Amino acid sequence: MTACTDKEMALQALFDGELDPVAAASLEEHLRGCAGCRAALARLEAVREALNVEGLREVAPDRLRAKIVARTVGAPARKRFSLRDGAIGAIAAGVLAAVVAPQLAAPSLTTALVDGQVRSVQSGHLVDVETSDRHTVKPWFNGRVDFAPPVFDLKDRGYPLIGGRLDVIQRQNVAVLVFRRHLHTINLFIRPAGAAPLLKTSARQDGYALRGWRAGGLEFWAVSDIEAADLAAFEREFRTAARM
Amino acid sequence: MRRLSMPRLVFRREPAKEDQTAKERFQFLVLPHLDAAYGYARFLCREPTAAEDIVQEAFLRAYKAFGSCRGQEKAWLMAIVRNCWRDWATENGRAIPTAEPPKNAFFEPPDEETPLSLLERKSTVQTMRRCIDALPEPFREALVLRELEGLSYKEIAEATAAPIGTVMSRLARARDMLSAMLEPETEQWKKAR
Repeated sequence: MTACTDKEMALQALFDGELDPVAAASLEEHLRGCAGCRAALARLEAVREALNVEGLREVAPDRLRAKIVARTVGAPARKRFSLRDGAIGAIAAGVLAAVVAPQLAAPSLTTALVDGQVRSVQSGHLVDVETSDRHTVKPWFNGRVDFAPPVFDLKDRGYPLIGGRLDVIQRQNVAVLVFRRHLHTINLFIRPAGAAPLLKTSARQDGYALRGWRAGGLEFWAVSDIEAADLAAFEREFRTAARM
Repeated sequence: MRRLSMPRLVFRREPAKEDQTAKERFQFLVLPHLDAAYGYARFLCREPTAAEDIVQEAFLRAYKAFGSCRGQEKAWLMAIVRNCWRDWATENGRAIPTAEPPKNAFFEPPDEETPLSLLERKSTVQTMRRCIDALPEPFREALVLRELEGLSYKEIAEATAAPIGTVMSRLARARDMLSAMLEPETEQWKKAR
C-alpha cells in the first residue's frame, strides 16, 4: 500500500514536524480516510524506530576532544558548570594542574576548609546573617555568590540552622551555612563544582572532620569538630532534605 | 604527590577581552557539536580513524573562521566538516558522488549478507550502522543529519549546500532505501503491485 504520490513530501514534512499548521491539519484530515498514506507514515515511523538504537549516535573519542580543545580554545576560563563543559574543562584543568600545581604550593582544600572553620569560631564571625529561617538565608546569598545554595533548617533532625555567611576558600567566594549540633558548630561550605572530580569525600585534620559531596552542580563540604560518624549523619540528613 | 592531588585551582575570569569572548562563544556554541560533527564525518567517510582527522581539521578551520559564522552554528560546522571530508576524499582518491543516482536506479546493499538475514538478527547498532553505510551519498548524509544529528531541513540545506526541496527528496529516498533494507518483503510486495 503506497502513499498518494502528491502527498509523499508533505507526509514526510509532517512526520518531521516541518509542515506548517494549516497544511498539517488538512493532511491529518486526509490521513483519516487514506490507508495508503497511513501506511507510508507507519513506514517512516518504523525507520525512525530502527534508527533509535542506543550507541548508533557517535560519541567523539576523548583523545579527539582533548586535541581539539588544546588546539582551539585551550584552557577555558572558569564559568557556569555543565556536563559537556566539565568534560572539556577536565582535560584542560588536568593539563594545567599537572603543569602549574607543583609550582604553586597553595594550601590544600582540606587545610583551607579547616582554616575557614577555625577563623569563623575564633573571630566570632560565624554568621553574616543570623537566623534559623531558611527563607531569609537563601535570598541573602543572592548577588553575593553567583549560584543558589540550597538552604534547609534541620532543627527537627537535631541540626538547627544558625545562619549563613560568605567565606573565601582557595580565592573563591563560597556560601557557608552554619548549623549547630549540641554545643558544636557545623560549617557547610558550598561552591560550584569544579571540572576535576572530587578527589576525596572525607578527611580528618587537626581534630576536625570533613565530608564532601557533589550534587546539582555544586560541591558541599561539611566541617566540624563533631565525630566523623555524626558528620556523616549530618550529610545524610542534609541530602535527604535537599533530595540530592 | 600530595601537591599534585591538590584539588582545584581557581582560574579567575579575566576581564572580557575581544578574543576571550570569541573563545568563550566558540566553546559554548561550537564545541558542544563535537559528537555530532564526529558522527557526521564517520558516516560520510565510513572510516572511524579518518573521521577523527576530518573532524579535527574541521574544528581548526571553524576556529579560524568563527568570525564569519552568523548563527546556525551547528549547520555551519557541519558544512565545514563536509568540506573537510571532500578534501580528504580527493586526497585519498575516494570518489565523491557528483550527480544523484537516477530515480529508478537499482539499489542493492553492497553487503554480502542479504538484508533479510540482517533483519533476522536483532536490530543492533552494528546492523544499523551497516545499513546506513550501505546508503549511497548524498542520501546517506541527509538521513544522518536528520535522524541522528537532529538538524532541521533548513539546517541540512545549509550544511550540504542544497536547496530545501532537494534535501527533502534525498531524505525521502534515503528513508525508502533504509525501509527496503529493513523490510525487504514489504518492499518486494510493493514493487510487484
